Amino acid sequence: MTVAGVVQGVGFRPFVHALAGELCLSGHVTNCAGGVVAEIEGARDSVEAFCARVATHAPPPAAVASVTYEEVPALGTAGFAIRPSENGGGPGGRTLLPPDTAMCAACSAELADPADRRYRHPFITCSHCGPRFTIVTALPYDRATTTMAGFPLCAACAREYADPADRRFHAQPLACHDCGPTLYLSGPPKPTGTADATDTAATAGTAGTTGTTSTADATATSDATDATDATDATSTTSTTATIGATGTIGATGTTGAAAIAEARRLLTAGAILAVKGIGGYHLACDAANARAVAALRERKQRGRRPFAVMAADLGTAEQLAPVSPAEAELLTGPCRPIVLLRRAAQPKTAQPKTAQPKTAQPQAHPPPALLADGVCPGSPDIGVMLPYAPLHQLLFGLPGDPPGPRVLVMTSANVSGEPILTDDERAHAVLPGLADAWLWHDRPIQVPCDDSVVRVRADGTSVPLRRSRGYAPLPLPLPLSLPVTAPPSLAVGGDLKNTICVAEGRTAWLSAHIGDMDSVATLEAAGTAARHLASLTSVRPGVLAADRHPAYRSTRWAHRHAEGRPVHMVQHHHAHIASAMADNGLDGTEPVIGLAFDGTGYGDDGAVWGGEVLLADYSGYRRLAHLAYVPLPGGDAAVRNPYRMALSHLRAAGIDRDPGLPPVATCPDGERRLVERQLERGLACVPTSSMGRLFDAVSSLAGICHRISYEAQAAIELEAAAAPAMTGCGPAYAFRLTPAPQGSSCELLDPAPVLEAVVADLRAAAPTAVIAARFHHAVADAALAVCRSAARRTGIGSVALSGGVFGNVLLEEACTQRLLAASFTVLRHRNVPCGDGGLALGQIVVAAHRAPT
Amino acid sequence: MGHGGGGALSAELVEHLFAPAYGNDLLAGLADSTALTLAGTRLAFSTDSYVVRPLFFPGGSIGDLAVNGTVNDLAMSGARAAYLSCAFILEEGTDLSVVGRIAQAVGAAAVAAGVSIATGDTKVVDAGHGDGVFINTSGIGLIPHGVDIRPQRATPGDLVIVSGPIGMHGVAIMSVREGLEFGVEVTSDTAPLGGLVDAMLDVTPDLHTLRDPTRGGVATALNEIAAASGTGVLLHEHAVPVPEPVAGACGFLGLDPLYVANEGRLLAFVPRSHADAVLAAMRAHPLGAQAAVIGECVTEHPGMVVARTRFGGTRVVDLPLGEQLPRIC
Ligand SMILES: [Fe+3]
Ligand SMILES: [Mg+2]
Ligand SMILES: [Zn+2]
Ligand SMILES: [Zn+2]
Repeated sequence: MTVAGVVQGVGFRPFVHALAGELCLSGHVTNCAGGVVAEIEGARDSVEAFCARVATHAPPPAAVASVTYEEVPALGTAGFAIRPSENGGGPGGRTLLPPDTAMCAACSAELADPADRRYRHPFITCSHCGPRFTIVTALPYDRATTTMAGFPLCAACAREYADPADRRFHAQPLACHDCGPTLYLSGPPKPTGTADATDTAATAGTAGTTGTTSTADATATSDATDATDATDATSTTSTTATIGATGTIGATGTTGAAAIAEARRLLTAGAILAVKGIGGYHLACDAANARAVAALRERKQRGRRPFAVMAADLGTAEQLAPVSPAEAELLTGPCRPIVLLRRAAQPKTAQPKTAQPKTAQPQAHPPPALLADGVCPGSPDIGVMLPYAPLHQLLFGLPGDPPGPRVLVMTSANVSGEPILTDDERAHAVLPGLADAWLWHDRPIQVPCDDSVVRVRADGTSVPLRRSRGYAPLPLPLPLSLPVTAPPSLAVGGDLKNTICVAEGRTAWLSAHIGDMDSVATLEAAGTAARHLASLTSVRPGVLAADRHPAYRSTRWAHRHAEGRPVHMVQHHHAHIASAMADNGLDGTEPVIGLAFDGTGYGDDGAVWGGEVLLADYSGYRRLAHLAYVPLPGGDAAVRNPYRMALSHLRAAGIDRDPGLPPVATCPDGERRLVERQLERGLACVPTSSMGRLFDAVSSLAGICHRISYEAQAAIELEAAAAPAMTGCGPAYAFRLTPAPQGSSCELLDPAPVLEAVVADLRAAAPTAVIAARFHHAVADAALAVCRSAARRTGIGSVALSGGVFGNVLLEEACTQRLLAASFTVLRHRNVPCGDGGLALGQIVVAAHRAPT
Repeated sequence: MGHGGGGALSAELVEHLFAPAYGNDLLAGLADSTALTLAGTRLAFSTDSYVVRPLFFPGGSIGDLAVNGTVNDLAMSGARAAYLSCAFILEEGTDLSVVGRIAQAVGAAAVAAGVSIATGDTKVVDAGHGDGVFINTSGIGLIPHGVDIRPQRATPGDLVIVSGPIGMHGVAIMSVREGLEFGVEVTSDTAPLGGLVDAMLDVTPDLHTLRDPTRGGVATALNEIAAASGTGVLLHEHAVPVPEPVAGACGFLGLDPLYVANEGRLLAFVPRSHADAVLAAMRAHPLGAQAAVIGECVTEHPGMVVARTRFGGTRVVDLPLGEQLPRIC
């Protein structure tokens, strides 16, 4: 029997061993290049039972792709043996490494059991759980090729490691108090020079409100904040030196259980902690502490972008938002991503501001609010995850520990625009401005891996918005139309929230979330991710694929690193639709109608596309319809300031820029004259058909959001406004679908009547929620109309939805319902994000269909 | 028409179309002027055509640009301009008084720059075949002994100095051409830089690289130098002098001041050991009063220009394309 898939590093052989023992079968099992091979002999019934259960009863992190059998003559051997690995992934086959997996229930129980020898061990793990992807340095997967190589096993651990009957048989990251990594709690370095007080100093002071010595220490640290300033290299160097010399940093340094106890005390007191987890450093603080949350927001220069939180357990998560069974399964499952939970309408009484002493009756206290307002202001959702590393469970406390926060803000620790911090020296150089203390350990992180973000739909299906920890590097099957000999390739994705992808034959591997490609650190991380992925998969790319946008950093990176290999340029929205097709397992023999709604993509005509209806298969596409062009006044300036998009759309629709309209009132007079002039002259104006920008314009026009501090903020806040009014908001607005202009087969979707109707509703003082809901329905109606027209013209009945705009639940749901009711087949994303995080998958399939076979 | 914008597309034209057609290596240096040896004497030789609209703008005219542009291109190899040629292409029907004012400006600018107009030419094209007035100037000058200023000489350890506030010329032109009011009038920085370069060479002949960041601005000039020398350039974003009105105008228009044209500024790559003295000499000169160190050459990211942001992050500063397109999705 050969079992292929993710079957190594997951305790698969001990599972087979145990199963064989249970069924009284003899034989042996071994790891091989293609997966796991077992020879079994015994009673026919038992052999059949074995075959039936091997896939269905596999340990949680395993992902069985296929089981094949072959009958061989019986040898009459006795007993069942686990034989040494034949080959860990040589050139002939391919070992599939599992992703990092959340701590299993058995380890969790041991962690909390005072009688267990790993009681409170922060690195407890077994062959069913723990880090894999982020610690492996090379294949074959063995302790020596992980970042645990520097921690020799003690005798007790070595026994478990060698015992096939043990849950820790061949668990490579296995460790205990005696032989595992060390946990440290360190304060920031003492200031090395005369540091000027920045405004961070004031906010860091919130940590000191309880007046304890440690938190007072934390206040002093803010003097060192300009270590983040490029001109001040002194504190950086001194920190580095300290790490190298002693393995601890700065003024304070506790280890082990004392470190955790002190970290919990600091969190309870309102401090901001850097916590080194599985895939990088987090910044953590008590989510209920408004001042700590505000300080974190300030230090991270975070604007209004929501923070994700970690709740102590499922029960606590349920107090934050309603949790469906499908959501509960994800929250507690082995991938354990951040799940976006739609918040219930907030009761006004549950303000987290502490009650006034004079009005507060002891019995009348409302339950203490778990979330400060500042955690996710204006967002319809809250991103929640549960503890996935033993360290997290210890941070929330075990029975007998003093009470502490039940919900922690857990946000990636990074320098603005850079990837999540993983390197200890770098982290300790830049964190003094961000954290009051850091909880870290000496197990290196080989590649950064951010938390994944997943949303569950009303029908219980789920879709990642960020596919990273817990998912990378799980393989994605590619469509059957690809020849099995399709050349090994590398797709470099887009520019923001980027992932890259390698593929060979009919299998693709997406990297973990890499981030925004603007910074050198991210570009370097992309290079590291490409190398790491290549080494895990043995794919040696001979072909590259990149976006057609000539100024994308990723595209330029591909050209710089091509080394003579062909670089296939793939149009942005074609890649989105191809990504949705591949994600749904389409073989590509028949094209689909692709609705690609997103913010920005470079179009074939040099315009900025983003409201596209394409007739697409893997090898090509034709534009069937698009949102009518309006000027994008000032490129990125128009993206950052939705009121500019509103002015542009109003002008294009021929509507007076009445000073009573919110975007007109918001835009300073001088700037408004300039923007008008700019639009009139077409100065620094690119035409755009972006659906994302239309959402921005309507968000501003409805008075919801005029300036953004994070990507898609205006659209997200528009969605939040619409949510309560989606039913009963009255008739939707209506786009005008105009027939193809002479000489073109492309229809135009004109938003002018929508803008007129919004303005009319504003003048009639309609509630914002109603305007927002009518707009959502209008876009869904328009989507149905263009699909019907496309179907009439092409005879195609399948519609693929892709592009970042479909991250909007209300819109995706409204479009899906209408299309299904009209008997269309609807293809929505399943395993990869609809946004640019899924782009690389589309690029790679398109490139594979272009490359000579 | 992105090919005229001074960005990646212009570089492509020179590299793939012109240089191969001419069959010699003289253009390969990609410098503003070419150093030639003639009868044992090292000369700098340069030519440039001026098609600016409008012809007159706050702070100058096409006449000033035609003189200063070529004088500056020579100065960027350390040469003091000696003689210029000046050719006018006039469109039929152009008001002669306009031509007269431009000629006056050319003369005055030549005097100010200490250069003589030695030869000239005038052509008239049919109405509709030109746009009022085009000017071409060429210039020659002597390169002092011991001076070897080239983009290829930039090397890790060099400091990057800018001679003054950036972006003023581009914003001045845009505001008059497009009828934009930014509240404060921005005037062009057009000026002859020969004197400033002399003052710098008085400190040391060992200046590695000089560049006047004209079309495509500081970002383009730095990218060209990084590419030619193979060194990485690290820019300290907060140290770059951007005048408030320029920053405001760029913010309104969605432009990056690093990409906006200058006509009277220079970038100098100077060995660290000489940097303080060179900076002091620059600040003592009227055209370098606001000179500042804005970056350095590094061994990391060879051939790339990277800006260190205020928050300690980094941002790749690429060659611009014809237009600045948004990338935000
Ligand atoms: Fe996109
Ligand atoms: Mg020139
Ligand atoms: Zn476990
Ligand atoms: Zn041990």
